[in-house]
Amino acid sequence: MIKTKVIQDSYNNKVLEVKDLKTYFYTDAGVVKAVDGVSFDLKKGETLGIVGETGSGKSVTALSILRLIPEPPGKIISGSILFNGNDMLKLDRKELQNYRGNRISMIFQDPMTSLNPVYTIGNQIMESVIIHRKLKKEAALKEAVRLLETVGISEAIKRLSSYPHEFSGGMRQRVMIAMAIANSPDILIADEPTTALDVTIQAQILELVNEIKHKTNSSIILITHDLGVVAKYADRVMVMYAGKPVEFSTVDNIFYKAMHPYTLGLMNSITRLDKKKMGKLNPIKGSPPSLIDLPEGCIFRNRCRFSSDICKKSFPPLREIESGHFVACHRAEEILKKDQRAI
Amino acid sequence: MLFYIFRRILQVIPVIIGVTIILFIILYIIPEDPARLILQKGATEQALANLRAKMGIDKPVYVQYWRYITQLARGDLGDSYRYRRSVNSILADHYPNSVKLALSAIGIEIVIGILAGIISAVKKYSFWDMLVTISTTLAVCVPVFWFGMIMQVIFGLKLGILPMSGMGDGSIQYYILPSITLASVSTAYVARMMRSSMLEVISNDYITTAYAKGLSPSRVIGKHALKNAMIPVVTLIGLDLGALMGGAILTETIFSWPGVGRVIYLAILQRDAPVVIGGTLILVLIFVFMNLVVDILYAWLDPRIRYQKKEINV
Amino acid sequence: MYPEVKDEKNRNGVISDDFGAAQKKYSKSSLYKDAWKRLKKNKLAMLGLGIVIVLILIAIFAPLISTHDPISRIKEDSSLPPNKAHFFGTDLLGRDIFSRVIYGSRISIQVGIIAVGISIVIGLFFGALAGYFGSLPDTIIMRIADIFFAFPYILGAIAIMTVLGQGIVNIFIAIGVLGWASFARIFRGSILSIKNKEYIEAARAMGASHRRIITRHIFPNAIAPIIVFGTMNVGTAIIVEAALSFLGIGVQPPTPAWGKMLSESLSYIDIAPWMMLFPGFAIVITVLGFVLLGDGLRDAFDPKMKNR
Repeated sequence: MIKTKVIQDSYNNKVLEVKDLKTYFYTDAGVVKAVDGVSFDLKKGETLGIVGETGSGKSVTALSILRLIPEPPGKIISGSILFNGNDMLKLDRKELQNYRGNRISMIFQDPMTSLNPVYTIGNQIMESVIIHRKLKKEAALKEAVRLLETVGISEAIKRLSSYPHEFSGGMRQRVMIAMAIANSPDILIADEPTTALDVTIQAQILELVNEIKHKTNSSIILITHDLGVVAKYADRVMVMYAGKPVEFSTVDNIFYKAMHPYTLGLMNSITRLDKKKMGKLNPIKGSPPSLIDLPEGCIFRNRCRFSSDICKKSFPPLREIESGHFVACHRAEEILKKDQRAI
Repeated sequence: MLFYIFRRILQVIPVIIGVTIILFIILYIIPEDPARLILQKGATEQALANLRAKMGIDKPVYVQYWRYITQLARGDLGDSYRYRRSVNSILADHYPNSVKLALSAIGIEIVIGILAGIISAVKKYSFWDMLVTISTTLAVCVPVFWFGMIMQVIFGLKLGILPMSGMGDGSIQYYILPSITLASVSTAYVARMMRSSMLEVISNDYITTAYAKGLSPSRVIGKHALKNAMIPVVTLIGLDLGALMGGAILTETIFSWPGVGRVIYLAILQRDAPVVIGGTLILVLIFVFMNLVVDILYAWLDPRIRYQKKEINV
Repeated sequence: MYPEVKDEKNRNGVISDDFGAAQKKYSKSSLYKDAWKRLKKNKLAMLGLGIVIVLILIAIFAPLISTHDPISRIKEDSSLPPNKAHFFGTDLLGRDIFSRVIYGSRISIQVGIIAVGISIVIGLFFGALAGYFGSLPDTIIMRIADIFFAFPYILGAIAIMTVLGQGIVNIFIAIGVLGWASFARIFRGSILSIKNKEYIEAARAMGASHRRIITRHIFPNAIAPIIVFGTMNVGTAIIVEAALSFLGIGVQPPTPAWGKMLSESLSYIDIAPWMMLFPGFAIVITVLGFVLLGDGLRDAFDPKMKNR
């Protein structure tokens, strides 16, 4: 089943453009290069998936967009984050607050800890509305009821006076989504929104996010380590490894024409029902490098079965191998040829 | 909630009985004859014996205790051995002064302690944080009475801007030195507790959520962090009122404050048992009552506890 | 108020618990070794330890360090400000304040350590009973502890001192007896948290007796918080002793005690401020030493608690 989603790809359609973002953490053990040269763009109405294993820098990338990196120890070293042409990194505190939760909002990984335990659900949702839209209390209350109904919480009026601990995990994540979409943001960043939830609830939450996207035509950045989720919901995918993007393209390209050895490795380590010839599951050998001292040359070199002398010399830049398909590998072309023969 | 309060009050009763028993035992051991204290020198043996019989102190200790406790149940704390007055009236004269002093100390403790703790946590490792950390560490090590003496020397003696002792006409300048002295140690504890509690709270996910919503730092700290961070601090402050009433003994002695701490202290030295027991009992009652208030405040601050109580209620 | 703890019935058996004991020994030594390593790195804690050691040495060698007899009065030397012969000056009776401060350390250190020792012994005993057996003993002991908590500490100490009379042994008893409740509560808490850990269950399953489980298994793990709180409490005990002596119901005169010296100086703060300065500093530095050491121990035993 090949997805045939039409991607709106006119150049003016970019809502967000991240260029060469670097976010480092200064710890006692050394400088952790959590995000080290990430570039990508996000189009209007698009869902961009960011995948990678734990510690690959996907969450830090998301937090950097809203400048939510705890400082110290973290710091955004360089780069630019253009939102509708404005650089988020150059905004002052007031302007930044205007964007946060208003134009760009975020859903977090663990709904159990992301809501304030001492305020009611209603209080927390209304706060978002009041802050950004300057609504009166009654109007905000109505809005909160509408939002709760939108995210599928029944008896919304009654639920407003409940506290987070009276809700289940899935319900809390719905509340988080209600807060996030309260001001119809242009971008919704979902940072592993279902990792902490039961499998059955996961699907419901993702469907909800998808539904909202279609209703509001907002763009979504979906961060996950679940390739199945990416296949189902993302239009384009960025694969991250050790703080760097290694491959970036449409979801079809990533799943069917992957060129980076790491992406290939990921694809081989999951069960695929869509491929006729499915070999043994093949996990990637070794473990990711320490972000404090990265190996010289290509960061994936030590785990890569294609590695050669050139990989020791320099880290390959992200190159556009074919239209709209970016790969950070010296030997991308060769791998592409080999792989096509294999299929 | 009402059920919960009722249950807490019931729990208080054994504590009060326990305190009276301990005090009674301690004072019963004192080898002093109350009849002699009351009649003083020159009383005849017959007069002494008559008085003993009248007071019931020739009876065994448990009879005396029963007599005391039934009298207590009527709200009567007995009569002083030294002064020809009821304990109730002596305490009624002095308690207001102590309570006023303790309340002003609590005020200082809340305002300065909490503010210092918040600043210290929010501006971690800054100059202000260092200042708060160092001064709170030192404050815990300084004996209250010595601190009071130094304050007297500096502000009363050298600068001459504040009265050194007494309550005068009860105007505010008489309160400043004693209440600061009384509050010093507690303020340090509150500041430390507030700092650590705040540091813990601001590392929580819901604080990131609050920032992600677009709230200003002052609103995130003042609304989302503060209420959570206050939970342990409220306990400390509540428990501390009891300690303050006890600490008043030293402060009131140095500053010649006409409060109940001084009255109890003098009564101990004079072996005036009814005053000691009565005074201490009221201190304990205040302490226990404050604990109750703290628990109720707690339920207001932390809905999770309220929830648990509902369950107990059912 | 306290969580109910299910009481496991004693299962007496014959099999020894060597395996559990060996495991325990290993984890115990590494806990204390690690703590010491961390403590050594903590400069403030080492300062505290330094102060404590120096003070103990001063207390032991007081006769060698002091320049005068702390008790003998020299009338013509009355109320001298600090000078070459009398580093800290003299008091109203012409006694050398420096020597009195030096000798005063003996009282403070003794009271601090012995009184807290008494509190710990009583506290551990009742805390162990309450925590290990739970149910009725727990309820009764913790209710009694509540009574002691409700009792204003200093007031209790004053009352006991009035009954027992002045003297250093009585101070040990008064402060020691009043302080047990906190230790009992802490020890009970650690026991409850350790009690249901796997290695205790294993020992119990192997048939270890109550006494053996408490002394061999629970004790080494539960003692760390007691060491921390005990160290900090030495400071408190020293302040309470100073307060008692200040109120005139502490040590018997003319024994030099810092609190007593402060109360003697109270009437002369306007003409002889040095009289109150040096004993006060002595108290502050001593207490500071124990507080810093206690803070350091807490961080060393539980590094997660650091900066909290």
